[in-house]
Amino acid sequence: MSLLKAENIHKRYGKEEVLRGVSLELERGETMVVIGPSGTGKSTFLRCINQLTPPDKGRVWLDGVEVTHPKCNINRLRAQMGFVFQDFNLFSHLNTLRNVSIGLIKVKGIRKEDARKLAMKELERVGLDDKIDAYPAQLSGGQQQRVSIARALAMEPKLILFDEPTSALDPELIGEVLEVMIKLAKDGMTMLVVTHEMGFARAVADEIVFMEHGVVVEQGNPQQMFSAPEHPRTGEFLNKITELYGETE
Amino acid sequence: MVFDVTWLPQLTQGLLLTLQITTTCIAMGIVLGILLALGRVYGNRLISTPCSIYIQIFRGTPLLVQLLMVYYGLPSWGIYPSAFVSGVLALGLNTGAYQAEYLRGAIQAVKQGQLMAARAIGMSLPQAIRYIVLPQAFRIVIPSWSNELILMVKYSSIVFSVTLLDLMGVGKRIAARNFRYFEVFVVVALFYLVLVFIISQLLRLLEHRARIPGLGEHAEQR
Repeated sequence: MSLLKAENIHKRYGKEEVLRGVSLELERGETMVVIGPSGTGKSTFLRCINQLTPPDKGRVWLDGVEVTHPKCNINRLRAQMGFVFQDFNLFSHLNTLRNVSIGLIKVKGIRKEDARKLAMKELERVGLDDKIDAYPAQLSGGQQQRVSIARALAMEPKLILFDEPTSALDPELIGEVLEVMIKLAKDGMTMLVVTHEMGFARAVADEIVFMEHGVVVEQGNPQQMFSAPEHPRTGEFLNKITELYGETE
Repeated sequence: MVFDVTWLPQLTQGLLLTLQITTTCIAMGIVLGILLALGRVYGNRLISTPCSIYIQIFRGTPLLVQLLMVYYGLPSWGIYPSAFVSGVLALGLNTGAYQAEYLRGAIQAVKQGQLMAARAIGMSLPQAIRYIVLPQAFRIVIPSWSNELILMVKYSSIVFSVTLLDLMGVGKRIAARNFRYFEVFVVVALFYLVLVFIISQLLRLLEHRARIPGLGEHAEQR
């Protein structure tokens, strides 16, 4: 049984149909990278998975539990899915340590001292254990994004959804975030990543999904997708994006 | 002119009542303001519309009219509030409407993404509001809230019109006896001035202590 299964997801904003029946399956420990032109519904799709944006139609299962079921405990299920935002969305009034531990304390009901230890462990993992007292406004973009990854990790999620995690960063700060993500992927974390970083995709993706106009055009392993895509649009897009962003990690 | 100051202790009595009325109505206004603001921002139409109407009515009519309606108007409905209760009630209901509007602005100034991030780690909406949105909104609202507090100290003086002997009421009574209107009201005004000064200093201290490190003076850097 796959860890995450999305079936026939539809979402419409007013007249525009952003998602027109997207289906995906993700195995435990797998890293899936979703690529595609802007405005294709990639971010909307991620939000449909953890119900931050409930889909109009379609169903989602996490580890066999239906997330889209009207009677499910959505808060509990969301806590099992990490989400990393493009613009970090750290809690401005809390320092680094509290940003990571607040979910443990308020959502999981873990005692303060224990939550602190767990948060420290995750901050070590992203290389920020020396910044625990700093507030978000005192950190660089790259550091903020690493804190937000630690915040997601601390909840011990079954998978993490990444919504263009490096798009809001200055070029010289992208590397430190990708490094953390590559390490996570290699440690066996299940990840669904929307990104334009082809270097990252090539390095760790088990599967690449090309989305356009609200549908999945093509999906396959990186080798096949990069060297011999079946669909002409996939090749076109990959060429353009590689030119634009390069392949550096 | 020989300054007769035997009436000063009486003013202190009035000062106490002024403080009592102000703190009570401010406390009432805070609770009411939070509820109204939350109702307006997060409530569905059934909740937010009555909140809006309430705010419009209490901001759109004179405070003195509201006070007189409570004190002289409620008895015709069979309710007989004391002068103190009338004063606190009218002032509290009024400042609640203003505080709600300040707080609503502050809530909306908290970045929407943070609420989403809180939901994403599994917080319920009430949890996200309580632990993420409100703590930041309270910090943002302090300056406008200071204004409101200072206004309330001074507006509380209208309760003399419903027979209460607050700072203003006592002053008026003393002056009516010794005919030294100018001296008495200058001293009354000084009392208010000092009170307002102390309160505004305390609030500046609070604002400073509640500041989020890195935000504020350097916030524009990013």
